[in-house]
Amino acid sequence: MHYHWNWHIFWEQSPDGTGTYLHTLFVGLGWTLALSLLAWIIALLLGVIVGVLRTTSVRWLERAGSAYVELFRNIPLLVQLFLWYFVMPELVPQGLGDWIKQMPPPWGAFVPAVLCLGTFTSARVAEQVRAGINSLPRGQRLAGIALGFTLAQTYRYVLLPMALRIVVPPLGSEFLNIIKNSAVALTINVVELTARARAMQEYSFQVFEAFTGATIIYLLVNMVVVLGMRLIERRIAVPGYIGTGSGPAPARH
Amino acid sequence: MFGSYDFDVIERSWRYLFFDGMAFTLRLTVFAMAGGVVFGTLLAMMRLSSIKSLSWIAGTYVNVLRSIPLVLVIFWFYFLVPYIAAWVVRSDTPIQVGAFASSLLTFVMFEACYYCEIMRAGIQSIPRGQVWAGYAIGLDYWQTMGRIVLPQAFRHMLPVLLTQTIVLYQDVSLVYVLSITDFVGAASKVAERDGRLVEMYTFVALIYFISCSVLSHLVRRLQTRIAIVH
Repeated sequence: MHYHWNWHIFWEQSPDGTGTYLHTLFVGLGWTLALSLLAWIIALLLGVIVGVLRTTSVRWLERAGSAYVELFRNIPLLVQLFLWYFVMPELVPQGLGDWIKQMPPPWGAFVPAVLCLGTFTSARVAEQVRAGINSLPRGQRLAGIALGFTLAQTYRYVLLPMALRIVVPPLGSEFLNIIKNSAVALTINVVELTARARAMQEYSFQVFEAFTGATIIYLLVNMVVVLGMRLIERRIAVPGYIGTGSGPAPARH
Repeated sequence: MFGSYDFDVIERSWRYLFFDGMAFTLRLTVFAMAGGVVFGTLLAMMRLSSIKSLSWIAGTYVNVLRSIPLVLVIFWFYFLVPYIAAWVVRSDTPIQVGAFASSLLTFVMFEACYYCEIMRAGIQSIPRGQVWAGYAIGLDYWQTMGRIVLPQAFRHMLPVLLTQTIVLYQDVSLVYVLSITDFVGAASKVAERDGRLVEMYTFVALIYFISCSVLSHLVRRLQTRIAIVH
Protein backbone atom coordinates (compact mmCIF):
# COMPACT_ATOMS: atom_id res chain seq x y z
CA MET A 1 0.00 0.00 0.00
CA HIS A 2 1.58 3.23 -1.07
CA TYR A 3 0.55 6.77 -0.53
CA HIS A 4 2.82 9.43 -1.96
CA TRP A 5 3.22 12.14 0.61
CA ASN A 6 3.99 15.55 -0.79
CA TRP A 7 3.95 18.26 1.83
CA HIS A 8 5.33 20.80 -0.64
CA ILE A 9 1.94 20.82 -2.27
CA PHE A 10 0.92 23.72 -0.02
CA TRP A 11 3.41 25.96 -1.79
CA GLU A 12 2.37 24.95 -5.29
CA GLN A 13 0.04 27.09 -7.39
CA SER A 14 -3.61 26.17 -7.17
CA PRO A 15 -5.46 25.86 -10.50
CA ASP A 16 -7.79 28.76 -9.71
CA GLY A 17 -4.83 31.03 -10.32
CA THR A 18 -5.12 33.11 -7.17
CA GLY A 19 -2.01 31.81 -5.42
CA THR A 20 -0.67 28.80 -3.62
CA TYR A 21 -2.84 26.06 -2.14
CA LEU A 22 -1.98 27.39 1.30
CA HIS A 23 -3.27 30.76 0.22
CA THR A 24 -6.60 29.31 -0.94
CA LEU A 25 -6.98 27.54 2.40
CA PHE A 26 -6.51 30.83 4.21
CA VAL A 27 -9.02 32.55 1.93
CA GLY A 28 -11.38 29.72 2.90
CA LEU A 29 -10.65 30.41 6.55
CA GLY A 30 -11.63 34.03 5.91
CA TRP A 31 -15.02 32.91 4.64
CA THR A 32 -15.43 30.52 7.57
CA LEU A 33 -14.74 33.33 10.03
CA ALA A 34 -16.92 35.87 8.21
CA LEU A 35 -19.79 33.39 8.13
CA SER A 36 -19.35 32.46 11.78
CA LEU A 37 -19.03 36.02 13.08
CA LEU A 38 -22.04 37.39 11.19
CA ALA A 39 -24.14 34.40 12.20
CA TRP A 40 -22.93 34.85 15.77
CA ILE A 41 -24.31 38.41 15.88
CA ILE A 42 -27.74 37.16 14.78
CA ALA A 43 -27.53 34.25 17.22
CA LEU A 44 -26.75 36.52 20.17
CA LEU A 45 -29.47 39.07 19.40
CA LEU A 46 -32.25 36.55 18.75
CA GLY A 47 -30.99 34.16 21.41
CA VAL A 48 -31.08 36.75 24.20
CA ILE A 49 -34.57 37.89 23.17
CA VAL A 50 -35.97 34.36 22.99
CA GLY A 51 -34.18 33.32 26.17
CA VAL A 52 -35.74 36.26 28.00
CA LEU A 53 -39.19 35.49 26.59
CA ARG A 54 -38.98 31.99 28.02
CA THR A 55 -38.50 33.32 31.56
CA THR A 56 -41.13 36.08 31.62
CA SER A 57 -43.89 33.98 33.28
CA VAL A 58 -46.22 35.37 30.63
CA ARG A 59 -47.84 32.24 29.30
CA TRP A 60 -48.06 32.95 25.59
CA LEU A 61 -44.61 34.54 25.44
CA GLU A 62 -43.10 31.46 27.06
CA ARG A 63 -44.99 29.21 24.66
CA ALA A 64 -43.79 31.20 21.67
CA GLY A 65 -40.22 31.08 22.98
CA SER A 66 -40.20 27.34 23.51
CA ALA A 67 -41.87 26.72 20.13
CA TYR A 68 -39.04 28.70 18.56
CA VAL A 69 -36.38 26.66 20.33
CA GLU A 70 -38.06 23.34 19.53
CA LEU A 71 -38.39 24.28 15.88
CA PHE A 72 -34.69 24.92 15.41
CA ARG A 73 -33.52 22.05 17.58
CA ASN A 74 -35.55 19.28 16.01
CA ILE A 75 -34.56 19.76 12.38
CA PRO A 76 -31.04 18.86 11.22
CA LEU A 77 -28.85 21.83 10.35
CA LEU A 78 -28.40 20.56 6.79
CA VAL A 79 -32.16 20.46 6.22
CA GLN A 80 -32.55 23.93 7.69
CA LEU A 81 -29.90 25.16 5.31
CA PHE A 82 -31.80 23.69 2.36
CA LEU A 83 -34.97 25.35 3.60
CA TRP A 84 -33.24 28.75 3.67
CA TYR A 85 -31.49 28.26 0.36
CA PHE A 86 -33.98 26.37 -1.82
CA VAL A 87 -37.37 26.84 -0.19
CA MET A 88 -37.41 30.31 1.34
CA PRO A 89 -37.03 32.23 -1.98
CA GLU A 90 -40.07 30.35 -3.30
CA LEU A 91 -42.30 31.12 -0.33
CA VAL A 92 -41.68 34.86 0.05
CA PRO A 93 -43.43 37.33 -2.31
CA GLN A 94 -42.21 36.83 -5.84
CA GLY A 95 -40.34 40.12 -6.18
CA LEU A 96 -38.27 39.46 -3.09
CA GLY A 97 -37.77 35.83 -4.07
CA ASP A 98 -36.45 36.80 -7.50
CA TRP A 99 -34.14 39.36 -5.93
CA ILE A 100 -32.72 36.71 -3.60
CA LYS A 101 -32.24 34.25 -6.43
CA GLN A 102 -30.44 36.83 -8.54
CA MET A 103 -27.89 37.77 -5.90
CA PRO A 104 -24.46 37.35 -7.49
CA PRO A 105 -22.27 34.53 -6.19
CA PRO A 106 -21.02 34.04 -3.56
CA TRP A 107 -23.65 36.18 -1.81
CA GLY A 108 -26.58 34.12 -3.08
CA ALA A 109 -25.34 31.23 -0.92
CA PHE A 110 -23.54 33.21 1.77
CA VAL A 111 -26.57 35.19 2.96
CA PRO A 112 -28.84 32.16 3.43
CA ALA A 113 -25.96 30.38 5.19
CA VAL A 114 -25.54 33.29 7.64
CA LEU A 115 -29.28 33.40 8.34
CA CYS A 116 -29.43 29.65 8.78
CA LEU A 117 -26.46 29.38 11.13
CA GLY A 118 -27.57 32.46 13.05
CA THR A 119 -31.11 31.27 13.72
CA PHE A 120 -29.99 27.68 14.38
CA THR A 121 -27.49 28.86 16.98
CA SER A 122 -29.90 31.43 18.44
CA ALA A 123 -32.08 28.57 19.72
CA ARG A 124 -29.07 27.16 21.55
CA VAL A 125 -28.06 30.57 22.88
CA ALA A 126 -31.64 31.06 24.07
CA GLU A 127 -31.42 27.86 26.13
CA GLN A 128 -28.22 29.07 27.79
CA VAL A 129 -29.63 32.54 28.50
CA ARG A 130 -32.77 31.02 29.97
CA ALA A 131 -30.68 28.74 32.18
CA GLY A 132 -28.59 31.74 33.24
CA ILE A 133 -31.62 33.80 34.21
CA ASN A 134 -33.19 30.85 36.03
CA SER A 135 -29.98 30.28 37.97
CA LEU A 136 -30.37 33.67 39.65
CA PRO A 137 -32.03 33.66 43.06
CA ARG A 138 -35.76 34.35 42.78
CA GLY A 139 -35.36 37.21 45.19
CA GLN A 140 -33.62 39.32 42.57
CA ARG A 141 -36.66 39.44 40.34
CA LEU A 142 -38.92 40.10 43.30
CA ALA A 143 -36.60 42.82 44.56
CA GLY A 144 -36.71 44.52 41.19
CA ILE A 145 -40.50 44.49 41.15
CA ALA A 146 -40.63 45.63 44.78
CA LEU A 147 -38.50 48.63 43.87
CA GLY A 148 -41.22 49.64 41.45
CA PHE A 149 -39.46 48.56 38.27
CA THR A 150 -41.58 47.37 35.41
CA LEU A 151 -40.88 43.86 34.15
CA ALA A 152 -38.80 45.29 31.32
CA GLN A 153 -36.78 47.43 33.71
CA THR A 154 -36.24 44.47 36.04
CA TYR A 155 -34.69 42.58 33.16
CA ARG A 156 -32.70 45.54 31.94
CA TYR A 157 -31.22 46.66 35.27
CA VAL A 158 -31.33 43.60 37.54
CA LEU A 159 -31.53 40.23 35.82
CA LEU A 160 -29.71 40.56 32.51
CA PRO A 161 -26.55 42.27 33.77
CA MET A 162 -26.01 39.28 36.04
CA ALA A 163 -27.32 36.51 33.80
CA LEU A 164 -25.37 37.55 30.72
CA ARG A 165 -22.13 37.50 32.67
CA ILE A 166 -22.90 34.06 34.04
CA VAL A 167 -23.58 32.55 30.62
CA VAL A 168 -20.36 33.72 28.99
CA PRO A 169 -18.54 30.35 29.33
CA PRO A 170 -21.29 28.24 27.71
CA LEU A 171 -21.69 30.88 25.01
CA GLY A 172 -17.99 30.49 24.30
CA SER A 173 -18.50 26.84 23.46
CA GLU A 174 -21.48 27.77 21.30
CA PHE A 175 -19.16 30.06 19.37
CA LEU A 176 -16.79 27.15 18.81
CA ASN A 177 -19.78 25.15 17.59
CA ILE A 178 -20.81 27.83 15.12
CA ILE A 179 -17.34 27.74 13.53
CA LYS A 180 -17.56 23.98 13.14
CA ASN A 181 -21.16 24.10 11.94
CA SER A 182 -20.27 26.65 9.28
CA ALA A 183 -18.65 23.82 7.28
CA VAL A 184 -22.14 22.57 6.44
CA ALA A 185 -22.44 25.61 4.17
CA LEU A 186 -20.24 23.84 1.63
CA THR A 187 -23.34 21.88 0.59
CA ILE A 188 -24.75 25.07 -0.97
CA ASN A 189 -21.38 26.00 -2.47
CA VAL A 190 -20.04 28.47 0.06
CA VAL A 191 -16.33 27.88 -0.42
CA GLU A 192 -15.23 28.05 3.19
CA LEU A 193 -12.28 26.20 4.70
CA THR A 194 -13.54 22.61 4.45
CA ALA A 195 -14.75 23.19 0.89
CA ARG A 196 -11.31 24.57 -0.03
CA ALA A 197 -9.59 21.53 1.46
CA ARG A 198 -11.94 19.31 -0.54
CA ALA A 199 -11.22 21.27 -3.72
CA MET A 200 -7.49 21.06 -3.04
CA GLN A 201 -7.83 17.29 -2.68
CA GLU A 202 -9.71 17.05 -5.97
CA TYR A 203 -7.22 19.12 -7.93
CA SER A 204 -3.97 17.87 -6.43
CA PHE A 205 -4.93 14.31 -5.35
CA GLN A 206 -3.02 14.99 -2.12
CA VAL A 207 -5.95 13.88 0.03
CA PHE A 208 -4.34 13.64 3.42
CA GLU A 209 -2.18 16.75 3.13
CA ALA A 210 -5.23 18.81 2.22
CA PHE A 211 -7.29 17.52 5.14
CA THR A 212 -4.36 17.74 7.54
CA GLY A 213 -3.93 21.39 6.54
CA ALA A 214 -7.58 22.18 7.19
CA THR A 215 -7.56 20.22 10.46
CA ILE A 216 -4.56 22.13 11.75
CA ILE A 217 -6.13 25.45 10.83
CA TYR A 218 -9.34 24.52 12.65
CA LEU A 219 -7.32 23.45 15.69
CA LEU A 220 -5.43 26.75 15.71
CA VAL A 221 -8.65 28.77 15.43
CA ASN A 222 -10.08 26.68 18.22
CA MET A 223 -7.08 27.41 20.42
CA VAL A 224 -7.21 31.13 19.75
CA VAL A 225 -10.92 31.25 20.59
CA VAL A 226 -10.42 29.23 23.78
CA LEU A 227 -7.60 31.53 24.92
CA GLY A 228 -9.63 34.62 24.05
CA MET A 229 -12.62 33.27 25.92
CA ARG A 230 -10.46 32.60 28.96
CA LEU A 231 -9.37 36.24 29.00
CA ILE A 232 -12.92 37.49 28.62
CA GLU A 233 -14.21 35.10 31.26
CA ARG A 234 -11.61 36.23 33.74
CA ARG A 235 -12.54 39.87 33.22
CA ILE A 236 -16.27 39.55 33.51
CA ALA A 237 -16.77 36.61 35.86
CA VAL A 238 -19.19 37.50 38.63
CA PRO A 239 -17.28 37.25 41.92
CA GLY A 240 -18.60 34.40 44.01
CA TYR A 241 -20.13 32.53 41.07
CA ILE A 242 -18.33 29.56 39.60
CA GLY A 243 -21.51 28.43 37.98
CA THR A 244 -22.15 28.38 34.27
CA GLY A 245 -25.55 28.69 32.68
CA SER A 246 -26.27 24.98 32.74
CA GLY A 247 -24.51 21.68 32.92
CA PRO A 248 -22.62 20.28 29.95
CA ALA A 249 -25.24 20.32 27.21
CA PRO A 250 -24.67 17.60 24.64
CA ALA A 251 -22.56 19.48 22.18
CA ARG A 252 -23.17 19.38 18.49
CA HIS A 253 -21.20 20.17 15.50
CA MET B 1 -48.41 29.93 -0.95
CA PHE B 2 -49.41 26.26 -0.96
CA GLY B 3 -51.50 26.75 -4.07
CA SER B 4 -48.89 25.20 -6.32
CA TYR B 5 -47.81 22.69 -3.69
CA ASP B 6 -47.54 19.31 -5.36
CA PHE B 7 -48.53 16.69 -2.79
CA ASP B 8 -48.43 14.09 -5.51
CA VAL B 9 -44.62 14.02 -5.56
CA ILE B 10 -44.62 12.78 -1.95
CA GLU B 11 -47.21 10.14 -2.73
CA ARG B 12 -45.09 9.00 -5.65
CA SER B 13 -41.85 8.83 -3.71
CA TRP B 14 -42.62 8.04 -0.08
CA ARG B 15 -41.76 4.36 -0.40
CA TYR B 16 -38.33 5.25 -1.73
CA LEU B 17 -37.88 7.95 0.92
CA PHE B 18 -38.69 5.69 3.83
CA PHE B 19 -37.68 2.20 2.73
CA ASP B 20 -34.41 3.29 1.15
CA GLY B 21 -33.55 6.63 2.73
CA MET B 22 -34.97 6.50 6.24
CA ALA B 23 -34.03 2.82 6.58
CA PHE B 24 -30.40 3.74 5.89
CA THR B 25 -30.55 6.67 8.33
CA LEU B 26 -32.03 4.56 11.12
CA ARG B 27 -29.69 1.63 10.57
CA LEU B 28 -26.70 3.94 10.62
CA THR B 29 -28.00 5.73 13.73
CA VAL B 30 -28.59 2.54 15.71
CA PHE B 31 -25.31 0.84 14.80
CA ALA B 32 -23.29 4.02 15.25
CA MET B 33 -24.87 4.53 18.65
CA ALA B 34 -24.02 0.98 19.75
CA GLY B 35 -20.46 1.21 18.46
CA GLY B 36 -20.05 4.77 19.68
CA VAL B 37 -21.17 3.98 23.22
CA VAL B 38 -18.82 0.98 23.47
CA PHE B 39 -15.82 2.80 22.01
CA GLY B 40 -16.75 5.97 23.90
CA THR B 41 -16.82 4.08 27.20
CA LEU B 42 -13.41 2.62 26.47
CA LEU B 43 -12.12 6.12 25.66
CA ALA B 44 -13.58 7.42 28.91
CA MET B 45 -11.86 4.65 30.86
CA MET B 46 -8.61 5.49 29.11
CA ARG B 47 -9.00 9.19 29.87
CA LEU B 48 -9.56 8.44 33.53
CA SER B 49 -6.78 5.87 33.62
CA SER B 50 -3.82 6.39 35.92
CA ILE B 51 -1.52 5.34 33.07
CA LYS B 52 -0.42 8.73 31.74
CA SER B 53 0.18 7.72 28.12
CA LEU B 54 -3.24 6.11 27.79
CA SER B 55 -5.08 9.11 29.14
CA TRP B 56 -3.02 11.42 26.95
CA ILE B 57 -3.81 9.47 23.78
CA ALA B 58 -7.53 9.31 24.53
CA GLY B 59 -7.62 12.98 25.57
CA THR B 60 -5.88 14.15 22.43
CA TYR B 61 -8.05 12.01 20.18
CA VAL B 62 -11.25 13.29 21.76
CA ASN B 63 -10.17 16.93 21.78
CA VAL B 64 -8.99 16.94 18.18
CA LEU B 65 -12.12 15.31 16.84
CA ARG B 66 -14.31 17.62 18.87
CA SER B 67 -12.52 20.66 17.46
CA ILE B 68 -13.08 20.01 13.78
CA PRO B 69 -16.31 20.01 11.76
CA LEU B 70 -18.14 16.72 11.30
CA VAL B 71 -18.14 17.32 7.54
CA LEU B 72 -14.36 17.34 7.58
CA VAL B 73 -14.30 14.17 9.69
CA ILE B 74 -16.61 12.50 7.17
CA PHE B 75 -14.21 13.41 4.35
CA TRP B 76 -11.22 12.24 6.40
CA PHE B 77 -12.62 8.80 7.04
CA TYR B 78 -14.08 8.43 3.57
CA PHE B 79 -10.56 8.61 2.16
CA LEU B 80 -8.81 7.00 5.12
CA VAL B 81 -10.94 3.88 5.46
CA PRO B 82 -9.71 2.23 2.20
CA TYR B 83 -6.15 2.63 3.47
CA ILE B 84 -7.03 1.28 6.91
CA ALA B 85 -8.77 -1.69 5.28
CA ALA B 86 -5.72 -2.30 3.06
CA TRP B 87 -3.48 -2.16 6.13
CA VAL B 88 -5.68 -4.61 8.02
CA VAL B 89 -5.66 -7.25 5.25
CA ARG B 90 -2.09 -6.39 4.18
CA SER B 91 -3.12 -5.42 0.69
CA ASP B 92 -0.98 -3.27 -1.59
CA THR B 93 -3.81 -1.17 -2.94
CA PRO B 94 -6.48 0.74 -1.04
CA ILE B 95 -9.61 -1.35 -0.64
CA GLN B 96 -12.99 0.18 -1.41
CA VAL B 97 -15.51 -0.51 1.33
CA GLY B 98 -19.20 0.19 0.89
CA ALA B 99 -20.92 3.48 1.69
CA PHE B 100 -22.57 2.01 4.75
CA ALA B 101 -19.43 0.50 6.27
CA SER B 102 -17.45 3.64 5.63
CA SER B 103 -19.98 6.01 7.13
CA LEU B 104 -20.64 3.64 10.03
CA LEU B 105 -16.96 3.67 10.96
CA THR B 106 -16.91 7.47 10.64
CA PHE B 107 -19.83 7.98 12.98
CA VAL B 108 -18.60 5.40 15.51
CA MET B 109 -15.20 7.09 15.68
CA PHE B 110 -16.71 10.58 15.80
CA GLU B 111 -19.67 10.12 18.12
CA ALA B 112 -17.49 8.06 20.48
CA CYS B 113 -15.80 11.35 21.41
CA TYR B 114 -19.10 12.82 22.54
CA TYR B 115 -20.23 9.61 24.25
CA CYS B 116 -16.80 9.51 25.91
CA GLU B 117 -17.31 12.89 27.55
CA ILE B 118 -20.76 11.85 28.72
CA MET B 119 -19.50 8.55 30.15
CA ARG B 120 -16.57 10.30 31.78
CA ALA B 121 -18.96 12.58 33.63
CA GLY B 122 -21.03 9.51 34.52
CA ILE B 123 -18.06 7.57 35.86
CA GLN B 124 -16.86 10.57 37.82
CA SER B 125 -20.28 10.92 39.42
CA ILE B 126 -19.79 7.56 41.16
CA PRO B 127 -18.24 8.07 44.61
CA ARG B 128 -14.63 6.86 44.79
CA GLY B 129 -15.48 4.77 47.81
CA GLN B 130 -17.34 2.35 45.57
CA VAL B 131 -14.19 1.64 43.58
CA TRP B 132 -12.21 1.10 46.75
CA ALA B 133 -14.95 -1.14 48.08
CA GLY B 134 -14.73 -3.17 44.87
CA TYR B 135 -10.99 -3.59 45.22
CA ALA B 136 -11.36 -4.32 48.92
CA ILE B 137 -13.60 -7.30 48.29
CA GLY B 138 -11.04 -8.65 45.82
CA LEU B 139 -12.46 -7.59 42.44
CA ASP B 140 -9.95 -6.58 39.76
CA TYR B 141 -10.15 -3.43 37.64
CA TRP B 142 -12.40 -4.88 34.93
CA GLN B 143 -14.76 -6.47 37.44
CA THR B 144 -15.01 -3.27 39.45
CA MET B 145 -15.70 -1.26 36.32
CA GLY B 146 -18.04 -3.78 34.70
CA ARG B 147 -20.10 -4.70 37.74
CA ILE B 148 -20.06 -1.64 39.95
CA VAL B 149 -19.09 1.59 38.26
CA LEU B 150 -20.32 1.33 34.67
CA PRO B 151 -23.85 0.03 35.38
CA GLN B 152 -24.47 3.01 37.66
CA ALA B 153 -22.76 5.45 35.31
CA PHE B 154 -24.98 4.25 32.47
CA ARG B 155 -28.07 4.70 34.51
CA HIS B 156 -27.08 8.21 35.57
CA MET B 157 -26.23 9.15 32.04
CA LEU B 158 -28.91 7.32 30.07
CA PRO B 159 -31.01 10.43 29.33
CA VAL B 160 -27.94 12.36 28.13
CA LEU B 161 -26.75 9.39 26.06
CA LEU B 162 -30.16 9.21 24.41
CA THR B 163 -30.24 12.96 23.78
CA GLN B 164 -26.84 12.65 22.13
CA THR B 165 -28.31 9.84 20.02
CA ILE B 166 -31.04 12.19 18.78
CA VAL B 167 -28.24 14.58 17.81
CA LEU B 168 -26.56 11.66 16.04
CA TYR B 169 -29.80 10.86 14.20
CA GLN B 170 -29.77 14.45 12.89
CA ASP B 171 -26.04 14.41 12.15
CA VAL B 172 -26.38 11.33 9.97
CA SER B 173 -27.98 13.63 7.39
CA LEU B 174 -24.48 14.99 6.69
CA VAL B 175 -23.54 11.83 4.77
CA TYR B 176 -25.31 13.79 2.04
CA VAL B 177 -21.85 15.27 1.26
CA LEU B 178 -20.78 11.82 0.02
CA SER B 179 -23.92 11.53 -2.16
CA ILE B 180 -25.15 8.64 -0.03
CA THR B 181 -28.87 7.87 -0.11
CA ASP B 182 -29.88 8.53 3.45
CA PHE B 183 -33.24 10.19 4.16
CA VAL B 184 -32.07 13.65 3.04
CA GLY B 185 -30.06 12.17 0.16
CA ALA B 186 -33.10 10.26 -1.11
CA ALA B 187 -35.28 13.36 -0.86
CA SER B 188 -32.74 15.49 -2.67
CA LYS B 189 -32.52 12.96 -5.50
CA VAL B 190 -36.30 13.02 -5.97
CA ALA B 191 -36.29 16.81 -5.60
CA GLU B 192 -33.68 17.26 -8.32
CA ARG B 193 -35.28 14.71 -10.63
CA ASP B 194 -38.79 16.13 -10.41
CA GLY B 195 -37.87 19.77 -9.79
CA ARG B 196 -39.84 19.69 -6.55
CA LEU B 197 -37.37 21.17 -4.06
CA VAL B 198 -39.94 23.03 -1.98
CA GLU B 199 -42.19 20.02 -1.44
CA MET B 200 -39.42 17.55 -0.72
CA TYR B 201 -37.42 19.66 1.71
CA THR B 202 -40.43 20.88 3.69
CA PHE B 203 -41.58 17.26 3.91
CA VAL B 204 -38.16 16.13 5.13
CA ALA B 205 -38.07 18.94 7.69
CA LEU B 206 -41.54 17.99 8.90
CA ILE B 207 -40.63 14.31 9.34
CA TYR B 208 -37.46 15.20 11.25
CA PHE B 209 -39.33 17.70 13.37
CA ILE B 210 -42.04 15.22 14.33
CA SER B 211 -39.68 12.32 15.00
CA CYS B 212 -37.18 14.37 17.02
CA SER B 213 -39.93 16.04 19.05
CA VAL B 214 -41.46 12.68 19.94
CA LEU B 215 -38.08 11.18 20.80
CA SER B 216 -36.98 14.06 22.99
CA HIS B 217 -40.35 14.02 24.72
CA LEU B 218 -39.84 10.33 25.49
CA VAL B 219 -36.33 11.01 26.79
CA ARG B 220 -37.70 13.67 29.13
CA ARG B 221 -40.31 11.24 30.48
CA LEU B 222 -37.67 8.58 30.95
CA GLN B 223 -35.48 11.07 32.78
CA THR B 224 -38.05 11.59 35.52
CA ARG B 225 -38.76 7.87 35.78
CA ILE B 226 -35.23 6.49 36.13
CA ALA B 227 -33.70 9.20 38.27
CA ILE B 228 -31.77 7.57 41.11
CA VAL B 229 -33.20 8.77 44.38
CA HIS B 230 -30.49 9.51 46.89
